[in-house]
Parts: sequence; structure tokens; C-alpha cells
Amino acid sequence: MTRLVPTAVLAVCFTMVAALSASAQSIDETINGIFASSTGWFVNLIFSNFPGTNFPWIVGWLVVAATVFTVYFGLIQFRAFGHAIALVKGDYSDPNDAGEVSHFQALATALSGTVGLGNIAGVAVAIGIGGPGATFWMILAGLLGMASKFTECTLGVKYRNEYPNGTVSGGPMYYLTKGFAERGVGGGKFLAVMFSIFCILGALGGGNMFQANQAHAQLTNVFGEYPGWITGVIFAGIVFAVIVGGLKSIARVTEKVVPFMGIIYVGTALIIILMNYDKIGWALGQIFAGAFTGLGVAGGLVGALIQGFRRAAFSNEAGVGSAAIAHSAVRTKEPITEGFVSLLEPLIDTVIVCTMTALVIIITGQLISDPNTGLYVLNEAGTAIRTVGDTSGVALTSAAFSSSIGGFKYILALAVILFAFSTMISWSYYGLKAWTYLFGEGKGQELTFKVIFCLFVVIGAAASLGPVIDFSDAAIFAMAVVNIIGLYVLMPIVKRELNSYWSRLKSGEIKKFS
Amino acid sequence: MSEKFVVGYDGSDVAKRALDFAVSRAQAQGGSILIVHVLEWSPYSFLTPEEIEERHARRKEELDRAEKALMAPLKAMIAAAGVPVETQIKYGHVAKTLCEVAKKEGATQMVIGRDGDGGLSSRVFGSVAGSLVQVAPVPCTIVP
Repeated sequence: MTRLVPTAVLAVCFTMVAALSASAQSIDETINGIFASSTGWFVNLIFSNFPGTNFPWIVGWLVVAATVFTVYFGLIQFRAFGHAIALVKGDYSDPNDAGEVSHFQALATALSGTVGLGNIAGVAVAIGIGGPGATFWMILAGLLGMASKFTECTLGVKYRNEYPNGTVSGGPMYYLTKGFAERGVGGGKFLAVMFSIFCILGALGGGNMFQANQAHAQLTNVFGEYPGWITGVIFAGIVFAVIVGGLKSIARVTEKVVPFMGIIYVGTALIIILMNYDKIGWALGQIFAGAFTGLGVAGGLVGALIQGFRRAAFSNEAGVGSAAIAHSAVRTKEPITEGFVSLLEPLIDTVIVCTMTALVIIITGQLISDPNTGLYVLNEAGTAIRTVGDTSGVALTSAAFSSSIGGFKYILALAVILFAFSTMISWSYYGLKAWTYLFGEGKGQELTFKVIFCLFVVIGAAASLGPVIDFSDAAIFAMAVVNIIGLYVLMPIVKRELNSYWSRLKSGEIKKFS
Repeated sequence: MSEKFVVGYDGSDVAKRALDFAVSRAQAQGGSILIVHVLEWSPYSFLTPEEIEERHARRKEELDRAEKALMAPLKAMIAAAGVPVETQIKYGHVAKTLCEVAKKEGATQMVIGRDGDGGLSSRVFGSVAGSLVQVAPVPCTIVP
């Protein structure tokens, strides 16, 4: 605690002095310039198109993988759905294991890492650029992604490291090394190192900067313009207090409030949709028509599809490998059960929460279309659809909700801050696991990463949305490149686990306890 | 059939009084004692990633501590008084878990202390003694 006080005092003084200085805004510009120029090459590499097309290869990579897993495991997302619910309810939990982490807890914690700004701001970005049609592709990607998540989380538990003091470490870096060795395939160690590097970048990008950036956007939306790095410093101070200072109470409060904010968010979205029930049919029509024609958006059909897939992957992280880290600590004798539970994540995150955001934006008429042609009107640069208040990202979602329920932007601001914060805490953990995999376990190594993580909060809040979102996506997708290679190699192992478990479940060898 | 007393025990003064009461009855009637210590736990609470990682180790620590600090001295003391004694440490909802143990172990009576706090918190959240009155599967004695 004593360590925190000087930090907090320093942060407050720093903030006040700088807020008074006239050059405050230019600090943001400097940070933005340096950031954009130093990450451009990486972004270009990840988002380069298939030769001769305007289709980014990475989007194809994710969708093909999700489709392969869906087919290989025989539509596991639908087949095991009921069993997944039973597992979360605790029907198959041994009462003698009470006091260990339950399936519900593992799912809730993993969800609070994924349900976040991707669902609020990311969807708005997708709809703003790709039009309503992006929603269709987003839902499809969410449903397919359930199979990817199932595969990676099963492996995460199966190949985790258990230490003598009772703690565990798991995730793609462990199944890439141990699983590859078991199958006699080379290169596992190399892939594990690559994954860890990308995971650190992803933790700093999507798990940190994007969150800080959009939290700041929502704050300025409510309180008026002020320099982003101020939000950054305050956020960094709180994150520092939790992950370095060990101030668990803040994290605990967040973990408890976040699920309720999620319920309030979905509930409000439902109310707005029901208030406009006469437009539901029209909105669904827009989604389907947009999915196959584009309705005039930049890039047409492909533009809508890319946006939908991109934002779905960013939001539910299926195939990325982060969930495998989150789920690997659960206590279970059957690794596959954690796979079943985890397949609910893309469903809740993308198919339910993201779709709510999309419907509210479409139904409240934020997107401007030409009444004569029925096509959407693009902005001057031709990159995105013009919106009523000239908004994008989280501000677009906020405008959509506020147009129906006046004061909702304040509730949304609170939700955004809490979601951003809980996602940052989760990703600081994923990043830390990758960091310690590379540099070894130890207090010094951990502290180095945590300090770097806090610095990136400031950069994220100060930079503008474009470069931040590009880098965040690129880093998270880079994780998926490595992780999915691993999933292809190891999927026969998951199949074996699945067949064994499923036959024991059918024969009654695996019984319900309640 | 000899009496088997399930005693809910958390180390508090009232719990000690409840245990003394049960021991004296068991001595008089030739019964045995089963002391149950329940650690409040819900599988539906929310944990941070670090808490999840450390949970298994923490649980072991909690069980060890409860065994050493609470149960072991009691066992010695009651056995010295000539009453057969067993102990169990469980995780879960206190009243519900006590009832489950009583049913499973074929207890004939339950004994529990009450903390006498009739304040707001027990009105809102209910008390263990209050719940047991409603749901106990065997006769239940509440010791003030």
C-alpha cells in the first residue's frame, strides 16, 4: 500500500501540471505520429491481401480454420451445446471438489476478458465501415468460432504445467511445445516463442491500447474534449495499483460489477429493439441484403464480410489462443469438459452481445442512406458510411443508445470504463504468462512487463483510433497465425479425447452428481 | 441406536458453547460427535485470473489451516473426555452443507450456536441458525 501512495500523488501532480500547459494537445499528436510510423509495416504484413484480390489473407485463415474444426468435430458447437450448459450448471461437478475453481467461474473470468469494447466499439467500427451486412458475417464467424475455441481450450488444459506449489500455467505456448513433442512434430518450441511474442504485442494492443483509446473516446463524449494522455495516466495509475501494487480489491469489485453491466447493456439493447419493434423486420432485411450486396459500402460484399469477420475475431478471440490461457487453470479430470464450456463464449460474446449492439445501431437509424437508391452514403474519403452525428467507434454506439434512452450515455460511459478495465486486467495476465514463458518466472521479470503494460495504457489513450485499431488487430491476428498452425497439428489429439469422453458419457460411465 | 450429533463449528464462542452442549449430551446418552466446519464458498462467484490460478493452492492451505488450528485440538480434547469424535471440513453454503452431511452420515441430532445478532444483515441475508430451523433433516438444537 505504501508503494501506491507516491505513485498516485505523482500521477495526480503530473496530470494537473500538464493539463494547465497549453501544449497539452500536441503531446497527443507526437505520440500518435511516432506510434503510427513505427507499427505500419507490421500492420501491412498482417493485412496484406491474397495476390490479385482485395481479400486479406488473415481473414481467410481464421474462417477456414473455424470451418475445418466445425466439420472435423462434426458440428460440435451444436452437438455439445446442451452438455456445455449442464457442465456450467455444475451437474457433473463432484461435491468433494467444492472449493476448487468451477466451470462457471472459469467461463465468467474468460468472458470478462473477451466481453469488452470489442462488443461495443468494435461492432460500431464494423457497422460503420461494412454496413449492416457486416452483422451477418459477424454472427456466422461467431458460430464457426465456437469450434476453434473448443479445440484450443481443450488443449490448453491438457498440456498445462502444474507446479509443486499448486499453481498452474497453460496456454498455446505449452501445448505447442509439449503437444508437438508428443506427436513427434518439430518446430513446436519455435512456434511457442513466436506465439509468446505476438501475445505480448496483442496484450499491449487489443488488450490495452484499444481499450484505453475507446475509454477515452467515451469519456470525451460525455465530458467534452481533453487530451487523451490524461485519461491514459489516470488509467495507468489504477492498472498499476492493481497489477503491481496487488490492490486486489479493485480487481475484485470490477469482476463482480462487469457481469451486471453486461446484463444491463443487453437488457437496454433489448428494450430499444422492442421499442422499435416495427423496424425489426426492416433491420433484418438490411442485414441480409447488406451481407450479399454490400448496399453501397466501401468494398461492397467483400467489404462487409471482411469487417464482420475481423470484428468477430477481435471480439471473441476464437482461434487467437488467449482463451486457452484463461481456461487452463480450471480443476478438471477431463480436459475436454473445459473445451465444451468454452464453446459458449463466442456464442455469448458475438452471437448475443455483438448482435445487440449492431441491431441498436441499425434500428435507431444512425447510418445515413440515400432514400432514392436505398444505398448507404459514404463520407468524403469514401472509407466509411456517414452517420447522423458524424460519429464512429464507441461514440456511434453511444449515439445510437442515447437517441432512444436519453441519459444512457452516462451508463454506457461507466460500462465502457469497467469493460475496458477488466479486459486490461485479463490481458495483462495473458501477456504476463507469455512474458514469463520467454524470460522465465521471477519477480523482476514480472515487474518489467507490468511497467511496460502501464506505459502502453498512456500511449493507447493518446493515439488516434485508426493506428491503434490497426495495430491491435494485427497483433491479435498474428497470435492466431501461430496458434492455428498448432491446432491443425494437434486436432487429432482433441478428437481422441472427444471420442473417449463422449462414449463414456453415453454409456453412463460419466454420471451426473445432482 | 446410539445418538450421533452433528455440530456446526466455526471457532467462535457460541460454536464452542454449542459443542460443549453436544459433548455433555453425548456423554450422558452414550452418543458420538461429528464436528463439521464449513468454509463459505459459491461455485458461482467471480474470480480474477490470478485468483483462478492460485485457487488450488489456496484451497489446500485453507484446509490445512482449518485442520491444524480448529479441528485437531478439538479432537484431542473430546476424545480425552471419552466421547467418540470425527471431524469434516467442507466447502459450500453453510446451512445446506450441514444438512447434507447430517443426512449422509445418518446423524440423529444437529447442534449449532447462534451469534445473537438480530441486526439488519441477518434480516437481509438470513442466518445459519434461522435457515437450519427451516430445513434441518433431523431435530436441531440451537444454543444461544
